[in-house]
Amino acid sequence: MGTENVVLKLANKYAIFVILIVMVVALSFLSPFFLTGQNLINVLITESGRGILALGVAFTIMSKGIDLSVGSVVSLVSVIVASMVQDPTYTARIFPNMPYVAPLVAIVVGLFVGTLVGVINGSLIAYTGIPPFIATLGTQIIARGIALIITNAYPVPMLRQDFKDIGQGSVGVIPNVVIVFAVIAIIAYLLLNHTKFGKSVYAIGGNVNAARTSGIKVEKNLVEIYAFSAFCASLAGVLITSRAASGIATLGTGYETDAIAAATIGGTSHAGGIGTVPGILAGILILGVLNNGLLLLGISPYLQQVIKGAIIIGAVVFDMRKNARKH
Amino acid sequence: MEEIILEMRDIVRTFPGVKALNGVNFVLKKGSVHALMGENGAGKSTLMKCLVGINPPDSGTIILKGKQVTIPNPLVARNLGIAMIYQELNPVLERSVMENIWLGREPMRGKRSPLVDHKAMYNNTKALLADLELDLDPRQKVKELSVAKMQMIEIAKAISFNADIVIMDEPTSALTTNEVEHLFSMIDRLKKRGVSVIYITHKMDEIFRVADEVTVLRDGSNVTSKPVAEMDINSLITAMVGRELTEMFPKIDCPIGEVRMEVRHLKVPGLIHDASFDLRRGEILGVAGLVGAGRTEMMEAIFGLRQKSGGEIIIDGKKRTINSPVDAINCRMGFLTEDRRLTGIIPVLSVKNNTIIANLDRYKKAKFFLDHKKINRDCLEYKEMLNIRTPSLDALIQNLSGGNQQKVLVARWLLTNSDILILDEPTRGIDVGAKAEIHSLITKLASEGKSIIMVSSEMPEIIGMSDRVMVVCQGRITAMLDRKDLDQETIMRYATSISNHAVA
Repeated sequence: MGTENVVLKLANKYAIFVILIVMVVALSFLSPFFLTGQNLINVLITESGRGILALGVAFTIMSKGIDLSVGSVVSLVSVIVASMVQDPTYTARIFPNMPYVAPLVAIVVGLFVGTLVGVINGSLIAYTGIPPFIATLGTQIIARGIALIITNAYPVPMLRQDFKDIGQGSVGVIPNVVIVFAVIAIIAYLLLNHTKFGKSVYAIGGNVNAARTSGIKVEKNLVEIYAFSAFCASLAGVLITSRAASGIATLGTGYETDAIAAATIGGTSHAGGIGTVPGILAGILILGVLNNGLLLLGISPYLQQVIKGAIIIGAVVFDMRKNARKH
Repeated sequence: MEEIILEMRDIVRTFPGVKALNGVNFVLKKGSVHALMGENGAGKSTLMKCLVGINPPDSGTIILKGKQVTIPNPLVARNLGIAMIYQELNPVLERSVMENIWLGREPMRGKRSPLVDHKAMYNNTKALLADLELDLDPRQKVKELSVAKMQMIEIAKAISFNADIVIMDEPTSALTTNEVEHLFSMIDRLKKRGVSVIYITHKMDEIFRVADEVTVLRDGSNVTSKPVAEMDINSLITAMVGRELTEMFPKIDCPIGEVRMEVRHLKVPGLIHDASFDLRRGEILGVAGLVGAGRTEMMEAIFGLRQKSGGEIIIDGKKRTINSPVDAINCRMGFLTEDRRLTGIIPVLSVKNNTIIANLDRYKKAKFFLDHKKINRDCLEYKEMLNIRTPSLDALIQNLSGGNQQKVLVARWLLTNSDILILDEPTRGIDVGAKAEIHSLITKLASEGKSIIMVSSEMPEIIGMSDRVMVVCQGRITAMLDRKDLDQETIMRYATSISNHAVA
């Protein structure tokens, strides 16, 4: 176990952060706009919503599952919440006596409905044994369908200012969405590392039989895991809708891909039982910086996709080698 | 210590196609070590699974400390003070030692706090390990530990539950002699605390060493329950198989021919350092050594399962390139692996398919199709030859007992007509009756001119079966002993130290 081995081990452990730093440094040379305050804040704003999604999905991946429905939860919550907070002067044309719904109430309703989707996911997976891929694929399609039915595919525009302020406002220099992202990241970290629930997530993902024999209520925990994922997706939906100032049923299409990509790049293993919050954050930032950097350099967004896919594959190959068992 | 702590009466348990327990009775005295014996498939594991809440009985009564109880799940069993240490260990590999021990019951920071108290977890674990004289870092990931250490952690975990009854299923199968002694001293400690131990094992010598009483099961029913003092090896074996076993290791002396295979300067980085040996026709070459010496790794390198960094394999005078199992099989080699669950059986396939899987070419008919008649005939022949207990050839192999699964794997390689058979722990986890059957078979194959390499950790087996014994220690061949020089002390001496003797 020479020093060479120790360096290799450290490099393996922190590889993803090294890569992030290398990317940031490289981009700051390649583009004069990258390291500006305005640009960095933009990156954070864009990544806040996706970041919250990634954190939620990561829990399901760590439990050896997956949640494909998060993008649709975003859209479902988006249209529900938006419908409640439209500007009365706009809605008066068709609904002259719309009651005033406080933003907070609308948000709570949205969170509730979104989280309910997660409870359904978790229950299906825990009590019928359907593979998570299939269960969440089903709810993904259903949820989006419901969103389309509610709105008849029309957007829900002209939202009230007091609602828009939530997503578009800031506390000093720091935008609200970034604050919420940070809070969720801290909550995720505490849950995963300092609660019984977190230990259960790792155990269920690492060896569900050992978890069961240890008396962990696997079914109950699975419902909670998928509820958390959907809760995060709902929260993201609220924030994104607030910023976009419109509720759209097609919002969130494809978001699950980015969320899963970020979590995976961040070291969350699909074999279950492996993943850390700092790693996931690094994964989120790598994708965000990549998006931003390629944009600043004027590179085609289609090329971005190719690069993103390649990074995901590379990250997983790397992780598989790192996590290879000694025996 | 005559107080009865547990009584299981008339336990019945059926699985699809097989009645695993047919009205079994079991009585456990407090503070006693009670051995539970029986051939594979006799019902020992099933009975314990009833006790531990994994597979509750279909009917029957369980009386614990004088009160009738039902045990519908493992949590109830745990709360009743029943702990089990499984033969096939099941830790969460990616998590630390302490997290594995306290999984599901992590100490919290405060009575109502949702936060885990890692400091307390660490200290509790340290104290627990110290109490058992285990030198382990509570924060180390379990996947970095040896199988023996993982088992010790399981025992520590059971003890931390303050269990009244601890069930140990084949606890010594992966332990070295030192570790076995350590285990026995732990069992003594348990006894002094008033804990009762149910000890499932195939190893006769262990029963006489550590058990107070023994119960023998056969085909799902009771055969006998007696104090160990009233039994001897022969009566035990008779009870288990229902017949007298006159010869444990029916070795037929057969002529040993010329050299068939030479292994020269085999090297595997970090594991095997320059190993060379010969293998002759009709010979059974035993490979002895401690757990972790590198025997399996050496065999894997020879069979092409593991990359070697140097060395040659010469078969019948010609140098061969073996970089994968396909190459090895083409050189007429076969390999029965150490862990049938991981690298042997294909659990969701039938007995039939598991048998023929290494040999599909032989059953090709008209280029694309399989000759099912031939397949059925061959599989039936081997089923009878090896006495494989299965409801049918189409039964899923995962439903068979461990010993019968092993027999199917032996059939698989026999079917390939290999000239060189490498057997890695061929009788591990197999009862005496099946063991003898496999030993006869091995001897018969040797007498037909095949060359057999048999890696084994069971001294009596190595000494009884081998023509020569190659002893491996830390990746080196430390001795090549002739049959006449075989005894336990000599083998152990070479297995535990790197001596300067040249290898034959």
